[in-house]
Amino acid sequence: MSQTASRLKLTRSDGVCQVEFADRKILDELCIAELQDELVRLVDGEAGVRLLLNFSNVDHLSSAALGMLLTINRRVQSGQGKLKLSDIKPQILEVFKITRLNKILDIHPDAATARATF
Amino acid sequence: MHELYDEKLDGPLRELEVKTDLVDAKTPESVILADVERCGFSEDAVFGIKLALEEAMTNAVRHGNRYDVHKKIKVRYAVTPKRVVIMIADEGPGFLPEHVPDCTQPEFLERPNGRGLMLIRAYMTHVSYNDAGNEVRMMKENDNLPT
Repeated sequence: MSQTASRLKLTRSDGVCQVEFADRKILDELCIAELQDELVRLVDGEAGVRLLLNFSNVDHLSSAALGMLLTINRRVQSGQGKLKLSDIKPQILEVFKITRLNKILDIHPDAATARATF
Repeated sequence: MHELYDEKLDGPLRELEVKTDLVDAKTPESVILADVERCGFSEDAVFGIKLALEEAMTNAVRHGNRYDVHKKIKVRYAVTPKRVVIMIADEGPGFLPEHVPDCTQPEFLERPNGRGLMLIRAYMTHVSYNDAGNEVRMMKENDNLPT
């Protein structure tokens, strides 16, 4: 089952909610607040959510996006859920490493690997 | 003019004036990156310059001019095959970079913000500020020059 929100593409299978980003440059300053609102609504509406953020369509990421991801991560955890990230391009992954957020966020090379760890 | 810019090396500076809003703040990106790509910088370098530029412009809008639409942001830049120099000045009171916490330290690691300066420093070859702290000067050397 899939549905398209304004900036997110959601698919659900095997109890995992996978989110892909609709725009390659969506993770810039202008979009972050809207993205965060959408993701918070998604998370708050589902206790114990198993949420997978698939970054395969993301070419660019700002520091504001990193803050957004941390906020979502805390929100998911407070609802007894789990958040995983996958398919992050090498240049973007480097940003996570530089900021050491790869130590906090659960990052996997691809969606299949991430799903297997839920 | 200052330690990161050398007119003989970098050529004349081009200048853009940008409004204090996040939409207009993206204007310099397309102009500068077009020149950077034409000068043969690597894909990784272009990625880093783009990121540093966005972070610096966002800082000027948000922290420097505090979204005051009556204030402007001045962007000066020079792009050559050897390096790119970018200077971004806001009309705010300035700040002390050394007072910004290190967001990689455990006590600050999960803060929702404060990573922009770190990313600018990580991706640019040199970064400095004017005395007032309201102009950032960034330089990236081209590591893709043919040997």
